[in-house]
Amino acid sequence: MEQKRNKPFNVKRLAFLAILLALALILGYVEVLIPFSFGIPGIKLGLPNALVLLALYLLGGRDAFCLSITRIALSALLFGSVFSFLYSLAGGMFSLLVMLLLKKTGRFHVITVSICGGITHNLGQLLVAAIVVSNLKIFYYLPVLLLAGFLTGALIGIISRELLLRMSYFFRKEL
Amino acid sequence: MSEADTRKHFKKQDWIVIGILLAGILVLFLLQTPWKKTSGGTVIITVDGAEIGSYPLGADTVIAIENADGIATNTLTIKDGAAKMTEADCPDQYCVHQKKIRFEGETIVCLPNRVLVTVTGGDAPETDAMVR
Repeated sequence: MEQKRNKPFNVKRLAFLAILLALALILGYVEVLIPFSFGIPGIKLGLPNALVLLALYLLGGRDAFCLSITRIALSALLFGSVFSFLYSLAGGMFSLLVMLLLKKTGRFHVITVSICGGITHNLGQLLVAAIVVSNLKIFYYLPVLLLAGFLTGALIGIISRELLLRMSYFFRKEL
Repeated sequence: MSEADTRKHFKKQDWIVIGILLAGILVLFLLQTPWKKTSGGTVIITVDGAEIGSYPLGADTVIAIENADGIATNTLTIKDGAAKMTEADCPDQYCVHQKKIRFEGETIVCLPNRVLVTVTGGDAPETDAMVR
């Protein structure tokens, strides 16, 4: 299985990634409709992150990275702006890096990995925001953002675990 | 993917990580000392990191915040000792939906316009009364 993962081109893997990308894009669009806020407008569930986690666990870090970056670029083009692109990119890449490292250790539950991803996602976004407004006062939001990252990360982790339990069955031989 | 990733129960290392994270978040919350909210006296408005003005919370007023090009991007309204962003020209309107601020340290940000409004100490009438 490990060897097959490294194959340069695999149609099934490509098709699966494309499905994940399509799902991640539409979930990112739809989740704005879910009211989930801690008194700070702009906090989101991060449903696309469940699909990035899926890619990370079923296909590996490289594919998860491809999925994440294409999703961020496309959703910024379709629904967002330069600013939303910057924030999503900072949050997405930072959290993916941390999740990848935690997963590599092989010692942590997917929910733990997701929680750390949620927290680092918000941390990355806040750091970019601090640079953009060039003002450290913005760290006033740090505790509430970290808490939000923790809770959304836990939720996304639970969803991802259920998905993985059901989907890894298909992937044992296929990819 | 290994079985360890989706097993039913958390292992010790999972609880340790989660415990540390929660403790860290709690400490950060406590550092903001939410139980002793000091009424701030002034709001300071910064655009792009540069302070463009400070206004007393005691006097009701409406402030047009301009960016570096002199275009008014946001409107801040001070009323009844609290400040609230009432207008912004950006599409997401996050800062407009933020709750009004009156206590020291509280902040409203408008990221697209790089505007930051924060409450600082100062001699608000209430604080004077409390000192006496």
